Amino acid sequence: VFSIKSYSALNLYSCSLKNEDLKEMLESNKESLKLEAMKRIVGLIAKGKNASELFPAVVKNVASKNIELKKLVYVYLVRYAEEQQDLALLSISTFQRALKDPNQLIRASALRVLSSIRVPIIVPIMMLAIKEAATDLSPYVRKTAAHAIQKLYSLDPEQKEHLIEVIDKLLKDKSTLVAGSVVMAFEEVCPDRIDLIHKNYRKLCNLLVDVEEWGQVVIITMLTRYARTQFLSPWREDALFDENSEKAFYDSDVEKEKADSKPYMMDPDHRLLLRNTKPLLQSRNTAVVMAVAQLYWHLAPKQEVSIVTKSLVRLLRSHREVQYIVLQNIATMSIQRKGMFEPFLKSFYVRSTDATHIKTLKLEILTNLATEANISTILREFQTYVKSQDKQFAATTIQAIGRCATNISEITDTCLNGLVLLLSNRDETVVAECVVVIKKLLQTQPSQHSDIIKHMAKLLDNITVPMARASILWLIGEYCERVPKIAPDVLRKVAKSFTSEEDIVKLQTLNLAAKLYLTNSKQTKLLTQYILNLGKYDQNYDIRDRTRFLRQLIVPNEKSGALSKYAKRILLASKPAPVLESAFKDRDRFQLGTLSHTLNAKASGYLELSDWPTVAPDQSVRNVEVMEPQSLERQPSTRGSDLFAYHLLVLLCSDSDDAKEKKRPKPKLDSVSSHSKASSSSDNTASSGSESEEDTDSDSEPEQKKKKKLSSKPQVRQILSFNCGCKMCLCVTAFQVSSPVFVPPKSHELLHRMSGKGLAVSYHFPRQPCAYSHRMVSVQLTLTNGRDQPLEDICVGEAGPPGIAIHRFATIERLQPEASITVSMGIDFNDSTQAANFQLCTKTDQFSVSIQPAVGELLMPVTMTEQDFLKEQGQLTGMNESSVTITIAPDSMSSQPVGRKVVSVANMGVVPSSQNSIHRFAAKTVSSGSLVLSSVVLQEASTAKLVVNTEKTVLGSVLLRELKTALSQG
Amino acid sequence: MIHSLFLVNSSGDIFLEKHWKSVVSRSVCDYFFEAQERASEPENVPPVIPTPHHYLISVLRHRIYFVAVIQSEVPPLFVIEFLHRVVDTFQDYFGVCTEAAIKDNVVVVYELLEEMLDNGFPLATESNILKELIKPPTILRTVVNTITGSTNVGEQLPTGQLSVVPWRRTGVKYTNNEAYFDVVEEIDAIIDKSGSTITAEIQGVIDACVKLSGMPDLTLSFMNPRLLDDVSFHPCVRFKRWEAERILSFIPPDGNFRLLSYHVSSQNLVAIPVYVKHNITFREGSSQGRFELTLGPKQTMGKAVESVLVSSQLPRGVLNVNLNPSQGTYTFDPVTKLLSWDVGKINPQKLPSLKGSMSLQAGASKPDENPTINIQFKIQQMAISGLKVNRLDMYGEKYKPFKGIKYMTKAGKVPEGRRDEAALP
Repeated sequence: VFSIKSYSALNLYSCSLKNEDLKEMLESNKESLKLEAMKRIVGLIAKGKNASELFPAVVKNVASKNIELKKLVYVYLVRYAEEQQDLALLSISTFQRALKDPNQLIRASALRVLSSIRVPIIVPIMMLAIKEAATDLSPYVRKTAAHAIQKLYSLDPEQKEHLIEVIDKLLKDKSTLVAGSVVMAFEEVCPDRIDLIHKNYRKLCNLLVDVEEWGQVVIITMLTRYARTQFLSPWREDALFDENSEKAFYDSDVEKEKADSKPYMMDPDHRLLLRNTKPLLQSRNTAVVMAVAQLYWHLAPKQEVSIVTKSLVRLLRSHREVQYIVLQNIATMSIQRKGMFEPFLKSFYVRSTDATHIKTLKLEILTNLATEANISTILREFQTYVKSQDKQFAATTIQAIGRCATNISEITDTCLNGLVLLLSNRDETVVAECVVVIKKLLQTQPSQHSDIIKHMAKLLDNITVPMARASILWLIGEYCERVPKIAPDVLRKVAKSFTSEEDIVKLQTLNLAAKLYLTNSKQTKLLTQYILNLGKYDQNYDIRDRTRFLRQLIVPNEKSGALSKYAKRILLASKPAPVLESAFKDRDRFQLGTLSHTLNAKASGYLELSDWPTVAPDQSVRNVEVMEPQSLERQPSTRGSDLFAYHLLVLLCSDSDDAKEKKRPKPKLDSVSSHSKASSSSDNTASSGSESEEDTDSDSEPEQKKKKKLSSKPQVRQILSFNCGCKMCLCVTAFQVSSPVFVPPKSHELLHRMSGKGLAVSYHFPRQPCAYSHRMVSVQLTLTNGRDQPLEDICVGEAGPPGIAIHRFATIERLQPEASITVSMGIDFNDSTQAANFQLCTKTDQFSVSIQPAVGELLMPVTMTEQDFLKEQGQLTGMNESSVTITIAPDSMSSQPVGRKVVSVANMGVVPSSQNSIHRFAAKTVSSGSLVLSSVVLQEASTAKLVVNTEKTVLGSVLLRELKTALSQG
Repeated sequence: MIHSLFLVNSSGDIFLEKHWKSVVSRSVCDYFFEAQERASEPENVPPVIPTPHHYLISVLRHRIYFVAVIQSEVPPLFVIEFLHRVVDTFQDYFGVCTEAAIKDNVVVVYELLEEMLDNGFPLATESNILKELIKPPTILRTVVNTITGSTNVGEQLPTGQLSVVPWRRTGVKYTNNEAYFDVVEEIDAIIDKSGSTITAEIQGVIDACVKLSGMPDLTLSFMNPRLLDDVSFHPCVRFKRWEAERILSFIPPDGNFRLLSYHVSSQNLVAIPVYVKHNITFREGSSQGRFELTLGPKQTMGKAVESVLVSSQLPRGVLNVNLNPSQGTYTFDPVTKLLSWDVGKINPQKLPSLKGSMSLQAGASKPDENPTINIQFKIQQMAISGLKVNRLDMYGEKYKPFKGIKYMTKAGKVPEGRRDEAALP
C-alpha cells in the first residue's frame, strides 16, 4: 500500500500521517517501513505532539534486529513508559536479555533504557541490573551503571542504602571513564557521606587530568567541598605554603623538623589537590576553568589565588553567556581582592556591542576595582559611557560614578561637579539618575553645597521622572534651612501640581510641607494646611495615613500628646548617609561558580561549603592501607567480545579488578609508542615525585626513616597520565609490571603456637607490589592468639642480617583471645634466598623468627611480547643462561598445567606464544629489577627443555632447580 | 543535571523538545518568553532565569535559543558549555545550524541528543565518537538507506570511547595524507576620537584540518613562542611538553578541530593595521549634518586589507543620509539608524571614502555624541602579532604527509570603536 519513495520525499518533521497509518506501517513486515514509521513518530515526539496511542504497536519492535529501529523504539519507550506502565513491562524481558549480550554497547544501552523507564514496579530488577553492571568488565558499562544509580534513586529513594553500597564500590574503580559519573551519583545520592571519599581522595586527584571534561567539573566541585571539611585553613598570616618547601617536605626529615616549628603546614593532600588541578586552567572547556578557579578561591592560600586571573579573563572572549557567568564571579571576587584583577582593568571596558547585562556587570567590576591610583582612568571611561545611546546603561553608569565618589573621598567633589553638569543633559533618564545620585552624595557632606541644592530646585520645573522629583523635594526639605528663600516657593509649586503627582512625589511633598511648617511656619502655614487637606482625601491610603500622622505631629492641639513636642527632632533628625554598596557584596556566601551564586539565592540541592575546621581532622584516613588480598571471585571472562576494546580496557585499568584475568592478553602497542621512548622515560622520573604518597604514619614510629610509599598504581597511571606529557606511550625498555597470575596462596608457618606461648604466626606472599618500597617483597603475616588472655603490644623487634631491610608493621596494641589479625610487612631480600631474621615481641616475650623466601617469590611478573622476549633472551646467553632437559609428567604435556605449575612456583607473567609447544614466562627481580626469563620447550616422549635466562646467575640456577622439581612431579 | 531541552526560534515558537528525565511541560518556557519580551534585543535575554520550580539556562546561537531546564544546583557554565557543544555538533553534522536544518534532520538530532546526555549528564561529546555512533547524513547515504533500510547507527562501541585518546578513532586511512593549520588572529581594539588606542588586544587560534592515516604523533614548534601569553588547548595537547619546551606535541583528532587558542599579551604594542579619518558634524539649529569618512592601511607589511566593512550606529535624530562612496556600497536603515558600508579591498593608492550629508529631524536638538564606528577587515598571509610556526614534525607513521600553514588577521567581534572625547570634568 505504501510506497517508500513517497515518504522519503517528504519532510519528516512537517509531514504528519494519521496514527492509523503509522500503526499499519509498524505492523508491516518490512523493516524499512517500520523504520520510516518510527522516524515519523520521533518527529512527533520532538514537536511535543502526543504519540502515546501508538505504544502497543511500537513496543512490539523493541527486540528488532535493526539497531536504528531499536534505538528509536528506546527513545519512544523512555518517553512514554511512565504513562503506559503495564504495557512497558512487556519490554523488560528484552532488556534483561540484552544485559547479558556479549557486545558492551548493547549491554550498556539496555541498562540505560531499563533504568530510564520510570516504572516503580521494576525497581528490584533495576537494582539487580545495576549491581551486576557495577562489576562488569567493561568500564563503559560500569559508567552506565553509575548513571543508573541516580535514576533509580530518583524513582525510589528508599533504595538509598543499597545504592550507597554500589557507589562505594564504584568509587574504588580506577577507570577514568567511571570516575566522573560515580562522583556525580555520589553528589546526588549521598553527598554527606564524606567518609566514602577518604580512601579514594588521592586516586581522584591523580586521575583528574585524564577524566573527561564533564567529570572533571563534578569531581573538582566535590573535592572543593571535601577539602573544606578535611584541611586546616591556609589563610593565616604565619602560614608557610610555597611549593618548594612543600616538596622538600616530601623528601627530607630535616626540612620536616624545621617545618614543624612553623605554626601552619599545609597538608600534603591539600597541596596535591591544588597542584593537580592547576593544569586544567588551560582546558578549552570553560566550565572546567571556572571549576578550578573557584577551587583556588576557596582552598588556595591567598597569594596563590591570583594564578587563576589570566584564565578567567581569557574566558571573557568566549560566548556571551559564558561572559555573563564569569563576570558575575569576577564581580564577587573583585570586592575582596582588587589586586587580582586590577592589571586587567581594560579587559572590563564596555564595548558598544555588549548585551545590557554584560555592560552592567562590567560597570560593577570597574567600580569594584576603582582605587585612588586608577580612578581617573576609570572616570574617563565612564564619561564615554554616560553619553552612550543606551540611556539605561548611561543611568547605570551614573550610579557607578556615585559609588566611586563615596568610596574614594578624594574624588567626591570632582564627581559631584561632573554630575551637576550632567543635570543639563537632554535625556531625562540621565538627569533623573543624576539627581538621585547627587542626593545621596550630598547627604554625606551637605554643608558646602547649598548652590547645588538651589540648582536642583530650579530643575524641578522640567523634570518629570517621579524618583528624581521626589529626591529633589526630599533634599530641599532636609536642608530647608540652607535655602530658606527657595524652599517655600518650591512648596508653592508642588502644592499646585499635587493632585497630578505620582505617589512617591506626594509623600515627599507632605514631608517637605511638614518640615517647612516646623522651621518657617510664618510663610508656609497656609500652604501646609492646603496640602494636608489634599492629602486627607487622596485615593492612596498610604498618603492619607501619612497626612493624618503628620497633622497630629506638627499641628499642636489638645489631643496631640507629648510627641508633638519632639516633632522637630523627629522630622529633622540628622540622618545617616546611605551606603552605596555593591550588589555582589554578600554573594561570596555561595560557592563560586554555582547556580546559587548566579541567582544570589539558594537553589534547590545546593550543598553548603563548610567553614574550615578549627582542629585538623585525622590525616591518616586518606592513607591507602596495605592492599587486601585480592578478591578471589572471578569475573565472567567471556564477555569482552571485541578484542581490541578489551585490549584497551586492559590498558586502561590494568590495576583494577578486571585485569586479574588469568590469561591476560598483552596490550597492543601502537606504533606510536616506540618512538617516544626518551620523552616517556624522562617524564616518568619527573612525575614520580608527585605520584608517590606520603607515609603519614611515620610519626608513630619516629626511629624509622621516612620512606616513599610507592603505590602499586603509578607505573600504569604515569603512562596514561596527561601530566606525563605523552599519552600513548608505553615504555619499552622498562617492561611494565603486570598483575600476578592468581595462584592459591601458600601459607608457611613462622611461629608455632607452642613455641610462641600461644601466639601462632603464619605468613604468605601475596605477590602484590609492596606499598612501602618497590624494592621490597610484600609479606602478609597472620597472627592468632591461642591463649586465653589478650596479647598486647605485638611488634617487630631487632632484625637482621644487615643486607636485608624490613618495613615493620605497626604495633598491634591488643589481640583478643582466639582472635587473629593479618598485617603486612615489606622485606628487601636483595634478590637472594637468604632468610630474613627478626624478633617478634609481645609485651612480655620475644621470639626469634625467620622468613626464608622461595626464589619464585623474589620476582614480579612483567608483560612483554614474544618478539621482545626473544630479543631479551638473545642478550642473556652464555653464562646468563642455564638449561636442563627434564622428563615431564605425562599430564603436564598440555599447555594449561605447564603454565599453572610454573606460576605456582614462581611469580612470573605468561608471555603469549605463537607455538603450542613453547611456553614462555617473564619476570623481573623485585629488588634490583633484573629481567628473569624462562621458557619450557615441550619435546617428544615426555621430555622438555627448560631454560632460564637472567643476569642473576645464582638466582637463575636455583629457579631452574625449583622449576624442574615442579614440572617433573605428577 | 539537564532535565529537558527546548529549541525556540526567533518568533518565539518551540520547535523541538527533548526530555532526559520525566517530561517537563513546555509551559515552563512561558517564563522565558516573558524575559524575551522584556529584552530590547534578542541578546539581552538573561542566560539564567529562575522559575518557581525550575531554572532555565539558555544560549542564543544562529538566532535559535537553546533553553535547558534544570531542577537543582549545577554549575551554570557546565550547562552553557554543553549547549554550545550541542550547537557545534549540529553545525558539524548538518553544515549549518538553522531551524530548517534541525527540522529536516530531526531523527539524527534526536539520536545525537540521546547519545550526548544520559539522565542529564554528558555521555559522549567528542565529535569523532559521535560520528562512529551516528553517521552524519549525506545525500548518498540517505538514498541508500531508504532503499536498503540500512541505518545511520553504529553497532559497536566506538573504540575512542575506551581508549586513552578518546578524540581519535582507530583505523583511520587516507590516500592523501595532509595536515593544514590556520593561524587566525583577531584584533580587538577601542580607539578614541583622536586616534589613540584605549585598549588593544590580539587573540588568536590555530585551527587544524588533519587528515592523516594511522596514529600520527605531531609536534609543532614556533619561532617565537614567547609571544603567547595565555593559552588553552585541545585535550590532545601534552601540557607537560608545552610547560617544559614550549612545543605543541599531540596525537591529533581526525578532521577539523581547534588546536589552540591564545592571547598575545597586551604589554606588547599592538599595531592597528588600518586607520580612519572622520569628520561628522551636526550644526545646532540646522537640519543638515556633514559626514565624511576615509579609510587607509597602516603597518600591514605590504599585505592587502580585504573584506572591509564599516558600520556605525547614527544618532536617533538622523532621518536619512545622502552619501557618496568612492568604492563599494552603503546602506542605511532609517528605523534602526544603522549605517553600513561594504568597502571591499583598500587600495593604498586610492583611499576609500564615504562623504555626504545627513538630514536631521526638524527641530531636533544636536546629538550630543559622535557615533561609534565599527570596522571589520581581513588580512591574508599575516599574523599581526608576528607569531610564526617554525616546523611541524610527524612521528609514529612512515608516510610523508603534505603540510600547509596559513596565516590570517581579522578584526575581532568588536573591532574599533571611535568615541567622542570627554565632556565631563
